[in-house]
Amino acid sequence: MSSRWKAFVLAGLLVTSGAGAYTLEEFTFEDPAQGTAFRALIEELRCLVCQNESLAASQADLAQDLRKEVYRMFREGKSRDQIVQFLVDRYGDFVLYDPPFKPSTYLLWLGPFVLVGIGAFLLVRTLLVKRQSPSQELSDEERRRLQELLGSEANRDQSDRDSAK
Amino acid sequence: MSKFLKALVPLVLFLGLAALLFYGLGTDPRKVPSPLVGKPAPEFSLPALLDPNRTVSSADLAGKVTLLNVWFSSCVSCRAEHRELMRIAREDGVQIVGLNWKDDKGAAIQMLRQFGNPYSLIAVDEAGRVGIDWGVYGAPETFVVDPEGIIRYKQIGPIDQEVWEQTLRPLVEKIKAEGRA
Repeated sequence: MSSRWKAFVLAGLLVTSGAGAYTLEEFTFEDPAQGTAFRALIEELRCLVCQNESLAASQADLAQDLRKEVYRMFREGKSRDQIVQFLVDRYGDFVLYDPPFKPSTYLLWLGPFVLVGIGAFLLVRTLLVKRQSPSQELSDEERRRLQELLGSEANRDQSDRDSAK
Repeated sequence: MSKFLKALVPLVLFLGLAALLFYGLGTDPRKVPSPLVGKPAPEFSLPALLDPNRTVSSADLAGKVTLLNVWFSSCVSCRAEHRELMRIAREDGVQIVGLNWKDDKGAAIQMLRQFGNPYSLIAVDEAGRVGIDWGVYGAPETFVVDPEGIIRYKQIGPIDQEVWEQTLRPLVEKIKAEGRA
């Protein structure tokens, strides 16, 4: 088989394998606003199988079942909150990309602010301590030691140069 | 605060973070805790796999410690735990009810013929509707339901001997002891 034929066959396989994918086209609404609300809702729900995908994007079988379920409830005129509650009752807060504020999620919601608070406290304290630090004036004793050290340094430099000659 | 204690702060912070991350390494993000634990098992009524005239319902779970095992025939992990289920089925005082989830009936029966049937009853959930009510998101999953019909535990992933001996059996024994008390 020539390579051109192989390319044709492979391209054909690509086309047919894509045909089994789930799309949102089957979920139709008479009222376009409802369709928008439906899409917005399933974007906010998390698929349990491929955990970093929304219910809208996931190709998992279960995601399709749940989309159908959400669609059915939408058609029955259930409110957004009722549908979300239905899923949370069964799968837990995990299905929400926007978890609720409650005791088990306090750390999640407040943790970053607590860390920023601790950081700000340490920063302010360090700055204040620096400002209050004693004057930089040297005492007579320190001045004498400084001279001594500088003197010995200068002597050593001198000796280095001597030896390099 | 003495200088020595101050110097220990970064070390303590590091050890805390290391412990947290080490704990995170050991937990499986695929295991999502079920909100149904501690609540009554969701009602259902489904046709039985092996007896077309019978239905399997929540009433069949009452009065016994039940393992409700969610499986389908082409699920590799379900096949892996099958042998362990067969062994558990021979033990006293616990019944295993199967929820045949989104499966082909013929393939399911074929698998039981080949490997044996550990279930006292099998409910057929072809559309996966009951699965949604139970919060099932993959197979195998196993719910421990007590005689009052309360879900006590959800095992996500296959049951092997370790899971049975260390987690499920102690729980089953505990539930049985509660019943006698």
